[in-house]
Amino acid sequence: MLAEYSVLLIGAILVNNFVLVQFLGLCPFMGVSNKLETAMGMSLATTFVLTLAAASSYLVYNAILEPLGLGYLRTISFILVIAVVVQFTEMAVRKSSPLLHRVLGVYLPLITTNCAVLGVALLNINKEHDFLQSLLYGFGAAAGFSLVLVLFAAMRERLAVADVPQAFAGPAIGMITAGLMSLAFMGFAGLV
Amino acid sequence: MSLLRITSPHAHGPLSTTRVMQTVLLATLPGVAALVWFFGPGVLVNIAVTSFFAIAFEAAVLKLRGRPVLRTLDDHSAVVTATLLAIALPPYAPWWLLAVGAAASILLAKQLYGGLGYNPFNPAMVGYVVLLISFPVQMSTWAAPRGLAAEVPGLVDALQACFIPASFDGATMATPLDILRQNSDQSLAALYAGTPQLGAWGGVGWQWVSLGFLAGGLWMLYRGIFTWHAPVAMLAALAALAALFYDGGGPGSGGSPLFHLLSGATMFGAFFIVTDPVSSAVSTRGRLIYGALIGVLIYLIRTRGNYPDAVAFAVLIMNFAAPFIDYYTQPRSYGHARGDRP
Repeated sequence: MLAEYSVLLIGAILVNNFVLVQFLGLCPFMGVSNKLETAMGMSLATTFVLTLAAASSYLVYNAILEPLGLGYLRTISFILVIAVVVQFTEMAVRKSSPLLHRVLGVYLPLITTNCAVLGVALLNINKEHDFLQSLLYGFGAAAGFSLVLVLFAAMRERLAVADVPQAFAGPAIGMITAGLMSLAFMGFAGLV
Repeated sequence: MSLLRITSPHAHGPLSTTRVMQTVLLATLPGVAALVWFFGPGVLVNIAVTSFFAIAFEAAVLKLRGRPVLRTLDDHSAVVTATLLAIALPPYAPWWLLAVGAAASILLAKQLYGGLGYNPFNPAMVGYVVLLISFPVQMSTWAAPRGLAAEVPGLVDALQACFIPASFDGATMATPLDILRQNSDQSLAALYAGTPQLGAWGGVGWQWVSLGFLAGGLWMLYRGIFTWHAPVAMLAALAALAALFYDGGGPGSGGSPLFHLLSGATMFGAFFIVTDPVSSAVSTRGRLIYGALIGVLIYLIRTRGNYPDAVAFAVLIMNFAAPFIDYYTQPRSYGHARGDRP
């Protein structure tokens, strides 16, 4: 039981990393990784939303869509669920902790468009995960996303001062770096 | 009369980049000599051809960017990268494999980032991983070592293998790491008795190659080319994990600590790759963490992953994490209290 869950978690964080192996959630990965601090804020917010969205989309699918035979509506319903979760999180954080809201505030609306969030919700259905597995899979995906986002941000701060040829400066060298990181992550293949 | 004002430090260190690179090249000699003795002169052809391509690519990029070509090439760093890549590649590799490897190392991993001193990933290991993923067949045909092969190829054979690959037919053999990776039902004692390639510790030939690189590495340490932290942390972590999961040498054993230290690219990686001053962590504490995590990843991927040897992957993954490690292990600046980030 415990072993099964840890395999699920390690699989989602390292072996099938959502960014570097499954290539989901690339927009925030490239867009919010220029500074380490913003990357940390983004990864905190994403972790919170992704875990919550994975759980609530599971509930929506199994409690509403499946009994009514509306399984084909899952994509559009999940988009709605994710938007609601993000909006709810934003409101809750703003009322309960203005400090946290100042740290996360800008990034929260951005998460709505993070395809990793929708990806996790859909993959949970495809892989026929139960509730706890869905929750863990969402958390693992978020942890893997946060890990590579934060490491990538630290690396891009160093790249900013490198003597990169002009044609490759900025996002281009970021893409190449992400490619090389993806190459390195292939080493985890077969781990679980 | 001009009075030049030069700021401190006024004492010049005796080690220039060129001298460091020459020392690294010299330090590979014992390991390369062992490779030549056990696997034939293929590695020498590898080094020559890869160096040629590496210098050509580096010169082309420098010319394109309008940088001084000869003065930059004089730092020998392209030759060092090429040599390290060539040692890691299987001997008797075809010339195009070496050319692609040199291109990935020099163009992709080094010059796109601005050349020596800016590359976030170790260029030789990027070249190796690109080849390993793109050409798995060519990358997993290792020559059989002296004592097990009928005869070790000569220099003519080696040149033939490189430039007319179709006509070369050498004896190949699974490496000791492959053998251990594929074993699932035999205890270690039975496996060692049944397979002559495993030799006494790390595999016939491999153990002496590893000891050769260890000797070269210790000489570099003595010359002050790098500090002891990262290699020692890596070897200690690898040995500790191997001891922890030795499991009495049963069928589920991951191999003895001595096997892991003296087989595959462990010693070569520890002293020639992990110690790369550009792509590793810089602070003392950071280097300990960096080295130890490489050791952990090597053991994990060797025993659990799809690839039999893991040094290149482990190093690249930790190269990726090095800037982050540095960020959190900045040494305390003099005069500031602990935990007081300036």
